[in-house]
Amino acid sequence: MVSGLINANPVVYEKKERRQRPASIPDADEYSAEAIDQLEVFDHVRDIKDPEHPYSLEELKVISEDAIEVDDRRSYVSCFRVTFTPTVEHCSMATVIGLCLRVKLMRSLPSRYKVDIRVAPGTHATEAAVNKQLNDKERIAAALENPNLVDMVDECLAPSYA
Amino acid sequence: MDLDDEGSNFELKEIQTLSGHTDRVWSLAWNPATGTDDAQPVIASCSGDKTVRIWERSALTRSWDCKAVLEETHTRTVRSCTWSPSGKLLATASFDATTAIWENVGGDFQCVSTLEGHENEVKSVSWNASESLLATCSRDKTVWIWEVMPGNEFECASVLQGHTQDVKMVKWHPTMDILFSCSYDNTIKVWAEDDTGDWHCIQTIGESSNGHSSTVWAISFNAGGDKMVTCSDDLTLKVWEADIEGMRSGNDQVLWKHLSTLSGYHDRTIFSVHWSREGIIASGAADDAIRFFVESKDSVVLNSLILNFSLLMDWKTTVVVIPVAMILFLYCIFIV
Repeated sequence: MVSGLINANPVVYEKKERRQRPASIPDADEYSAEAIDQLEVFDHVRDIKDPEHPYSLEELKVISEDAIEVDDRRSYVSCFRVTFTPTVEHCSMATVIGLCLRVKLMRSLPSRYKVDIRVAPGTHATEAAVNKQLNDKERIAAALENPNLVDMVDECLAPSYA
Repeated sequence: MDLDDEGSNFELKEIQTLSGHTDRVWSLAWNPATGTDDAQPVIASCSGDKTVRIWERSALTRSWDCKAVLEETHTRTVRSCTWSPSGKLLATASFDATTAIWENVGGDFQCVSTLEGHENEVKSVSWNASESLLATCSRDKTVWIWEVMPGNEFECASVLQGHTQDVKMVKWHPTMDILFSCSYDNTIKVWAEDDTGDWHCIQTIGESSNGHSSTVWAISFNAGGDKMVTCSDDLTLKVWEADIEGMRSGNDQVLWKHLSTLSGYHDRTIFSVHWSREGIIASGAADDAIRFFVESKDSVVLNSLILNFSLLMDWKTTVVVIPVAMILFLYCIFIV
């Protein structure tokens, strides 16, 4: 698809040890009183495949557990902020990666969780523009009606459903 | 209704949940010709399931039933819908880049016209007060003005360029042929026609004019048309005013000025705002809250009453308040 990869030689890191998840729930319970923590959110996204390379976002250190913050100031609305670090500053795949994160979390977390996705500050040339698109629900919804984009996202998400 | 008193007994009660759509409900609109002694109230809702549903309250049971499903026309999400002032036509704007016009022909809704031209997703559509003009806007950054001709014919009168990003909503002034648009470029633009029949932008309300610092999602006017309220991703609502008499006398130089900023009431994107004829401003935001504001005698705006909905609610998309003796209120929820 792309003749020259944006980042032909990514640095690959070791994967973090996995915590055993207690009796896994196939469908996230909408009204579950149990709070979801950073590690659980990280578990949902760590195995997403990078759009360009056969490595996971965790292996490329695009996403890490520390980059997921929970904001539980308000009792009725739970928010997460997910910060990801593209491998190169001019990565045109940044919006695709962000979209993959958003779609995976949309499908995995109960809808009451609000998720903000952003590029790690200072790591991307057009970070404000990327962040704005990734957090505009109407733009995301329209993008997800594009079959080519959905196919690309689903391909990246496939390894993360195991 | 006097909402000035602190702790006034203003309560919002859910009357009914309307189920039917199989995907997110993006927008809804009350038919302005209904809700009277002769005509039971009618609502149109549009969805990501590519359909539009018409709901009517039964005179007998007082419960809302789905009267029609407008399908097999739009090929993508229907983003917004709006009735013409006479209530005879319904315009629907879709991500499929078209705007469809529907007419109720003996209880059966038929698509009588399809407006094409936008390069990509159409976000909003608005009729002017006299029903002679229609406006649409799109992610293609343009606003189109269409002339309504006899026999349900629509002719493009102008393609307005100026916004530098996705245009989220268009709204005609309630009494004058002045068009307002708000955008992902953080500005609100005001458009008017000059003596030669050309439409152009007569004002751009940006950050330097005390405007919003992020995407402006919606615009709504008060009954008198001398004030408007806007809401944004910057977490604020802003109230604006203009010299209505000056506008009426055709003065093009009349500018909209910032009157008040309501901040600290929502902590996530405010997607929708509506100013009812009774003077109540309702806002809906991604923090799952709907707030109501009234203008107090002493200060500009205060007395917000917050209603947090249960965990079922998500992403308030449209807030439309109908001014009847008892405020009937409807909101959109993400129906899965």
